Amino acid sequence: MGEPASKIEVKNIKDIGLDEGAARLTPERIEKVINEVIDNETGARLKVYVDTCVHCGLCSEACHYYLSNDKNPVYAPAGKVKQTLWEIVEKKGKVSPDFIRRAAELCYTECNLCRRCAMYCPFGIDVAYMMLTMRRICHKLGVIPQYIQDTAQSHSATMNQMWVKEDEWIDTLFWQEEEAAEEIENLRIPLEKEGAEVMYSVIGPEPKFRAQLIYQAAVIMDVAGVDWTMPATPGWDNSDMAMYTGDNEMMGRLKKEHFETAMRLKVKKIVMGECGHAFRSVYDMGNRAVGWKMPPVQMVHALEFYYDLFKAGKIKVKEKYDKPVTLHDPCNVIRGRGLHEMARYVVNKVCETFIEMTPNREHNYCCCAGGGVINCGPPFRDKRVYSNRVKADQLAATKKKGVEVCIAPCHNCHGGLEDIIHHYKLGMELKFLGDIIYEVMEKPE
Amino acid sequence: MHTIYNFVSGPLAWLAFIIFIGGSIYKIVTMAKLAKKKDPSVYEYWDTGFALRSIAVWSIPFATVNWRKNPVMTLVTFAFHISLIVVPLFLCAHALLWKEVFDINWWYIPNGLADIMTLIVIGSCIFFAVRRSIRHDVKYLTSKSDYLILLMVAAPFVTGFWAYHQFPAYRLMFILHMLSGEFVLAAIPFTRLSHMLYAVFTRGYIGSEFGAVRHARDW
Ligand code: HEM
Ligand code: SF4
Ligand code: SF4
Ligand code: SF4
Repeated sequence: MGEPASKIEVKNIKDIGLDEGAARLTPERIEKVINEVIDNETGARLKVYVDTCVHCGLCSEACHYYLSNDKNPVYAPAGKVKQTLWEIVEKKGKVSPDFIRRAAELCYTECNLCRRCAMYCPFGIDVAYMMLTMRRICHKLGVIPQYIQDTAQSHSATMNQMWVKEDEWIDTLFWQEEEAAEEIENLRIPLEKEGAEVMYSVIGPEPKFRAQLIYQAAVIMDVAGVDWTMPATPGWDNSDMAMYTGDNEMMGRLKKEHFETAMRLKVKKIVMGECGHAFRSVYDMGNRAVGWKMPPVQMVHALEFYYDLFKAGKIKVKEKYDKPVTLHDPCNVIRGRGLHEMARYVVNKVCETFIEMTPNREHNYCCCAGGGVINCGPPFRDKRVYSNRVKADQLAATKKKGVEVCIAPCHNCHGGLEDIIHHYKLGMELKFLGDIIYEVMEKPE
Repeated sequence: MHTIYNFVSGPLAWLAFIIFIGGSIYKIVTMAKLAKKKDPSVYEYWDTGFALRSIAVWSIPFATVNWRKNPVMTLVTFAFHISLIVVPLFLCAHALLWKEVFDINWWYIPNGLADIMTLIVIGSCIFFAVRRSIRHDVKYLTSKSDYLILLMVAAPFVTGFWAYHQFPAYRLMFILHMLSGEFVLAAIPFTRLSHMLYAVFTRGYIGSEFGAVRHARDW
């Protein structure tokens, strides 16, 4: 039915995790695992979504993959479900290893789980949920892109994403404290302070590659007079690639450790850095995996935290940032938490000229790095960059209006947008909101 | 002819109603039970206020971004669904049946309007079929059953229109009209037409998640 296969075919990209994982499969094992997942882990939701979809294609234009790949129907949200769960449900799990190979590449690298399409389907069918279900099946079958599986492995061995050892973690904090104390006298990064108001948590890559973000956060905390602390034990990392590989058990363990660390420190709330997927994990998916309906400790994303600080007048601006900026709305804190107006309030506080990109707020396009896609590594880099031409167009349009800097308050978005800006030669700077706040805020001399 | 007529308008009609109502209840109850057992989160996160907000917004033509992005589809689908429900319920001839069988006084719409609405349903089905065959993304999603469903839905309207206007062989058409109507009714719980039963729940659930948990709009 439908399109001739030649026109819509998508070539498999070599990946040892996917290729060797699929080579080990047998039809019996596939059938058994699929039916286990369908019978025990997804009941009514999957069935109702599959039955209800009227194949109308009204979700197609929600997806940046579809729009960026010349409207190739294999990238339309419902098209992705057709290639995965429709077939699986219809055949009751009797599918081939080749089928799983393609389905795995699709669900891990051709959907960012950004949930934009759920806002376009008249029934509110959640395609991201179905892609996650597919990932769950692939996880149990052991067919996972190698790079992201490696980070999931790191989570289970070290409780952080980047194989950071406990002493390395503490050393990094000391190092950043020392550096920051050169700028601001007596600045401390309080470790293990029981009863502090705020536990600050970061993602694994921060101590590894972006330690200056910890420095900046420390300066902001210090200047704003926040009573804060960081844990010296595992549980400091809020990130979660297990959530994206389909390793729900590990997702639960990670969040348990994270929240229990905050409880041990008796803090009132956890403030986290500018990360989207980590927020999804602590606020939406990870807590649910352990049985907490809502996070057991109040979770405050950086955008909300900055907003609170500015509202309370705890940070003063010396001189506004003068380059014209635009703002990328990260799905996981906008569609995932509605922080868009707070983000705009802060941007307007610290920047002279703010120019919107369109569409924006809940309707913004994902960066195409999210949902673990960037974590699937170099083999899939080109696909993700080509598959977000619409983001490049969006950025280029703001550039025409004079924008020089794009603010992206999410780590994944940063990675994704960096590649897009480079590939499409957009010549824009990319910044975290914290970068700008740090730059323009009043600090003690 | 007469015995067939009696059979189709009597026992078969009852059977169709029983299958439709019984089947609908069965479907909703089994899904609700299954959800309770396997997806209890659906109940946990259900928020009636936000569910209704989402359902309401999506029930208004052009109120959502996607309705506005697809103006023709929006007009057609609203006209189609409204006509589809209004004509069988409020056609004058059907209102007489309600009166005859259940002795209830029912509202009815003028025959001219019913004619127009019938043509809207038929025209919409043609529109959907054409759309399915020319838009690449929709075509990719389409299987034979999608065309069959359109045919099934159009059939009672085509035959009803035919019989009412007394075109040739209208007696036969009248029987086919009843037959096809009964068939569609009975098929609702067991085909993709079951979207009629599930729509409030899928929409309501995503509305609850977006509204109560994510503090964002879902339209
Ligand atoms: C009263 C509850 C119902 C609701 C909320 C509803 C909603 C929808 C929606 C949102 C669509 C998606 C695509 C579009 O907008 O065309 C759709 C399509 C469709 N509906 Fe319904 N519907 C309902 C009842 C029915 C009934 C009772 C029938 C027929 C017996 C029906 C037949 C169809 C058909 C055939 C399509 C597919 C159009 C196509 O081929 O693209 N609907 N419906
Ligand atoms: S990438 Fe986003 S819009 Fe596209 S299918 Fe996945 S969740 Fe839907
Ligand atoms: S997911 Fe929704 S919008 Fe997409 S084809 Fe199915 S019913 Fe239509
Ligand atoms: S990386 Fe950013 S834009 Fe992409 S899915 Fe995550 S939050 Fe959305």
